[in-house]
Order: sequence, then structure tokens, then C-alpha cells
Amino acid sequence: MMDTQLVMYDEDYRKILAVIQRLVRDANAKGIFVVDKNGQLIAEAGEVRGIDTTSLASLTAGSIAATGGLAKIIGEEDFPVHFHQGQRDNLHITLVAGRMILVVIFDDRSSLGLVRLRVKKAGAELARIFEEIQKKAENPESAGAGASPFAEITDDDIDNLFSD
Amino acid sequence: MSFINYSSREINCKIVYYGPGLCGKTTNLQYIYNKTNPDLKGKMISLATETERTLFFDFLPLALGQIRGFKTRFHLYTVPGQVFYDASRKLILKGVDGVVFVADSQIERMEANLESMDNLKINLQEQGYELEKVPFIIQYNKRDLPNAAPLEEMRRSLNPGGVEDYEACATVGKGVFETLKATAKGVLTDLKKLGR
Repeated sequence: MMDTQLVMYDEDYRKILAVIQRLVRDANAKGIFVVDKNGQLIAEAGEVRGIDTTSLASLTAGSIAATGGLAKIIGEEDFPVHFHQGQRDNLHITLVAGRMILVVIFDDRSSLGLVRLRVKKAGAELARIFEEIQKKAENPESAGAGASPFAEITDDDIDNLFSD
Repeated sequence: MSFINYSSREINCKIVYYGPGLCGKTTNLQYIYNKTNPDLKGKMISLATETERTLFFDFLPLALGQIRGFKTRFHLYTVPGQVFYDASRKLILKGVDGVVFVADSQIERMEANLESMDNLKINLQEQGYELEKVPFIIQYNKRDLPNAAPLEEMRRSLNPGGVEDYEACATVGKGVFETLKATAKGVLTDLKKLGR
């Protein structure tokens, strides 16, 4: 089954942002990213300056995809939680609602136990938001989303992108 | 499956370069990377073996400008060409919006081209896609080599459906941007159809 297109409206984004901004404080994390399983960055919070977020998103999705493949080889559906320990900074990666990836960067101001505890709660909240987004994507009219702005794209619009 | 972000007013699309080992997929991306204005591109990532063969993927994010007030961003990926990396290839096709098939024009690589094309169809099907419904462009690369097969012969065996195709020599950049533009156009045209 092909996935439906992912469309995120401003209100969805604000809800996601509110959850991860709170998670930064509750978990004493340095930075937090929400990434789509296909490698698109959805939202970020905390100290994320200087981080190449586009690369982070595509590599996180690649890593989740590869470990998902590993899981299937040993008869698991997925590995929903990953932890990478570094010299200074650590990465805690969780699969949310089977489709989104929550990435938490933390150092010794926090601990793995605290991050795991806080991620559990925030993950459940994010899962609910993603379900809403999914529902809207399946029923754009009932969600009051209106017509897509891209229905009006003309061939000239597309050609203009390449007129260099 | 593109990602439309109303909050940041961005459209994100994924284009995958497919093809047999050593056909020039990475070379295509490297050329695009080298010739693109630094403001429009992100970092190119290559997950390669010690002998510089792609192990998992190459990745290049590109910004193409605005369309109807939305920034268009394309994420270009290559897959590893060697037959035994099939698991990696399948993963990279997830969520693809457009596919470029890079064929190696050398006559002795014709079998490898056909095998890779079959593999592409099978792997797309596993993800729930049909090649006929995805924006799809074929590039005949390495046209400059003396042992290149005649174009008509390549078309007959690789492009029976008559999709848009380009001759290329990726090392010097011939045909590289033409291929990318055609694919990006296909992806955006598809988006327009989806918009109803």
C-alpha cells in the first residue's frame, strides 16, 4: 500500500513544536528533531545551531530503515528504540506511530533514564498529532483544508524554475 | 510521496537515481553538486566502501526556487548498483517521487542494465508503486565511449514504453542537468495532478 502524501499545516506544526519544546526542558536535552521515515525534517527544537539538519534527517531515516531491515532478519517487526553513545553527546532515537522518528540529542546534563522516561510521554502525544495529520491527509475536504495550491500550477510556473 | 509543509511553505520531493553498478549514478550527483550555486545546495553525503563504491546511498539536497509561494526542495538519492546490495536499494525507494534510470551504454553492460531495470520494477512493486505511474526518465550514460551500443538498440531493449530519455556523458556533465530537469518537471506535474 502506497503512503498518502504528507501535508503539514501550520497548526499541526505548532502542536508538534510545543511537544518537543517541552521535551527539551523536561528531558534536559540539547536538541530534538522530528523526522519523517522518508528522510524529511518535520520540526526541531533546542540547541540545533551548527547542525546540518537536512543531512541529519536523511541519515536518521536511512539508519532506521537499515535497522528495520535487520529487525526483520531476526524475526522482529522493527526496533522502535535506538541509542547511540558518544564521547560528549548521545543520540536517542524512537519510532513514533510507525511513521515518524523522534531524535533526542543529550549530554551529561541529562541521563539515558530521564530521556527514556520523558520520551515515552512525548512520543504518545506526538503519535496522537500524527494520527490527526494522517486523517486530514486522507480526507482533505472534511478537514476544511481547501484545494491544494498546486492544482493551479501551470507549465510556465514549472518552466520558470529552470530558466537560468 | 512528497512532503508539503504549509508552515515553512516548502515542498520536499525525493528523486532516486537507479541503475547497474558503475553506470555513473554518483557521477551524476557529483556533477550537479559541483555546478550548483552554494546557496541552493546542502552537503552531499556519500556512504561508500573504501573503494568508493556506494554502499548505502549518496544524498544531495537541492533547492530549485519558488513555485506559487512555496520553496521547492529536491532530495536526490542514488542507490548502490551492485546486485548484492538489494536490501539497501529497497529502503531508498521508500517514499520516492521520481526515478532516473542511468543506463551504462557500453555494449558489454547491456545485460547488467536489463537486470537492474527488472530489479527496479520488482522493488517498486514491493513498495506499492508501479513504474508506469511514477515520473520516470532514462539516461543513456557514457555515450562518448567507443564501445557504446547504438542508441536505437538501447532504446529498444530498455525503453519499450517510450518514456523521455537523454544521452549523457556524466563525467563532463553532458545530459546531467537535462535529465534532472525533466525528472523534476515530472514530479511537479504529478503534484499538480494530485492537487486536483
